[in-house]
Amino acid sequence: MASEEVTTVRARPEPIKAVPVRHPGRWILVAVLAVLAAMFVHVLVTNKAFNWSFMVDKMFRPPIIEGLLRGTVLMTVLAMLIGVVLGVLVAIMRLSDNPILRGVGWLYTWFFRAVPRLVLLAVFGNIGILWSRIEFGVPFDTQLGQLFGIDNLQLRLFGFSSRDIITGFMAGLLGLALSEAAYMAEIVRAGIQSVDGGQTEAAQALGMSRGQLLRRVVLPQAMRVIIPPTGNETIAMLKDTSLLLYVPVTVELFFQLDAVGKRTFQIFPMYVAACLWYLFLTSILLVGQHYLERHFGKGYGPTAQARDRLRTMAAQQGGGGAQ
Amino acid sequence: MSELTVPAQAGAPAAESGLMVQAEQVHKSFGHLEVLKGIDLEVRSGEVCCLLGPSGSGKSTFLRCINHLEKINAGSIRVDGELIGYREHGGKLHELRQKEVAAQRRSIGMVFQRFNLFPHMTALENVIEAPVRVKREAKVAARERAESLLARVGLGDKMGNYPGQLSGGQQQRVAIARALAMQPKLMLFDEPTSALDPELVGEVLDVMKDLARDGMTMIVVTHEIGFAREVGDRLVFMDGGVVVEQGNPREVIANPVHDRTKAFLAKVL
Ligand SMILES: Nc1ncnc2c1ncn2[C@@H]1O[C@H](COP(=O)(O)OP(=O)(O)OP(=O)(O)O)[C@@H](O)[C@H]1O
Ligand SMILES: [Mg+2]
Repeated sequence: MASEEVTTVRARPEPIKAVPVRHPGRWILVAVLAVLAAMFVHVLVTNKAFNWSFMVDKMFRPPIIEGLLRGTVLMTVLAMLIGVVLGVLVAIMRLSDNPILRGVGWLYTWFFRAVPRLVLLAVFGNIGILWSRIEFGVPFDTQLGQLFGIDNLQLRLFGFSSRDIITGFMAGLLGLALSEAAYMAEIVRAGIQSVDGGQTEAAQALGMSRGQLLRRVVLPQAMRVIIPPTGNETIAMLKDTSLLLYVPVTVELFFQLDAVGKRTFQIFPMYVAACLWYLFLTSILLVGQHYLERHFGKGYGPTAQARDRLRTMAAQQGGGGAQ
Repeated sequence: MSELTVPAQAGAPAAESGLMVQAEQVHKSFGHLEVLKGIDLEVRSGEVCCLLGPSGSGKSTFLRCINHLEKINAGSIRVDGELIGYREHGGKLHELRQKEVAAQRRSIGMVFQRFNLFPHMTALENVIEAPVRVKREAKVAARERAESLLARVGLGDKMGNYPGQLSGGQQQRVAIARALAMQPKLMLFDEPTSALDPELVGEVLDVMKDLARDGMTMIVVTHEIGFAREVGDRLVFMDGGVVVEQGNPREVIANPVHDRTKAFLAKVL
């Protein structure tokens, strides 16, 4: 009672009218940046090497759009799909009780992470040199035949000329997908390991098989850890499709821009067009990733989200391939 | 709380001996550390056996050996007459395949200290999961039974909640319902109330009491002396990887014979 009386007696104090802290440094920074921006725009407008009208004229031509849709977008989607599925398998192998599967899984990730993507793509592009035909049948048939005294035994069921199935597109897809699977395997493995061991135990105690407990219990919970870096991998993959130039995959955005540039001796405008196209495409993915992260980080607070982002960045550096 | 009807299979006659669990000279080591040094224990069908002992004495390890979450190094464990983890053939022991081990685990329910509910499934989905996926029961039937099990542990109005939206006591009751949904003949409890706030312990113990009253065979690791005295048919005191003393809970608690039991009870009571 007494305290209430005191508060009613005392008048409400005046709102604070203090002089705010000045930030002169900020104004200097703005001035410097404004000058730099002006210089940049000046170069863009006055330097003839940009040849803007030429660039705009060429960058929407049908072959380039087709390259963008097939060699960049479709390739990214397919390579990521195969990479994720194969990556989950390799991750499960690496966490298996079976030492042979563990070994094979380790060997796989070791190989595909140790060879740069660019080099890998060049190798896959020339794999036709190894075999002119790809055939399915009894392995080592000729050698086995010799063992039993039959000359030139051929037990082949069917085959293709390698040029028919290993087109540039297939070689590029194979190279990107196999390499992606190695990075995805590491991400999925980390995700699986992040799930509390009590979950596996509870599932086992209920009599679930290993497959069931992975599919129904562990993987759904690992998703929160797996999804954000997978978004980053997708962005990295989209950029890495430009490496298909070295396979070569002709129906691809950068190959087409590069070709136009070389044919017309206007290489620089076409490289600027490439920058703009990749900026546009990755920006779309970045927006998608933002919503994905927000969705999967729900209920975990800003610190957990920041931790996820850090993990993501680490994974991206590992998966960046080209560097 | 209403009566818990124990699922049909529970309390079914054990092997002729009437013994649900027979552990003989069970040894278990982790690397160089021998945690179980020859445990002998028999639990009759329908009996409630309370395991007591200081931290690190191997109580959890022993419980986990019973459903083969841990592989034992020597000795044998039988549940309902069936050797756990191995098959005897031609005088030799053969390891069981993962599938066969999983099949043995189906009839042994386990409740953990930290509940270990599946956080991405609702209470109802947690209970339905194993009957549908593991036993391949029809979804409708499994759902009906899950609903009645959840109602009987007092959670009829929380079936759609995720574990994160339930209190510790409620989560543990869901975990008990989840284990019961597999119609086990034996239930293992590893300190089911130790992670709970004191005011929530009672609701979980009540469910366990009902279960005991209905004839479920139970092995309960607990520090709840009151529960052991009231519900337990037998109290087993473990220390240093061996059974130090066992008997009727009231008698052991009132007149412990062994010094180590005395010292432990003096601290707990
Ligand atoms: N997976 C493991 N690897 C190595 N050592 C282990 C493992 N599990 C348990 N131990 C050890 O075995 C001993 C017994 O552990 P256990 O969990 O069975 O004890 P407990 O009686 O259940 O104790 P508490 O009352 O603290 O739960 C401890 O010394 C523990 O450190
Ligand atoms: Mg324990």
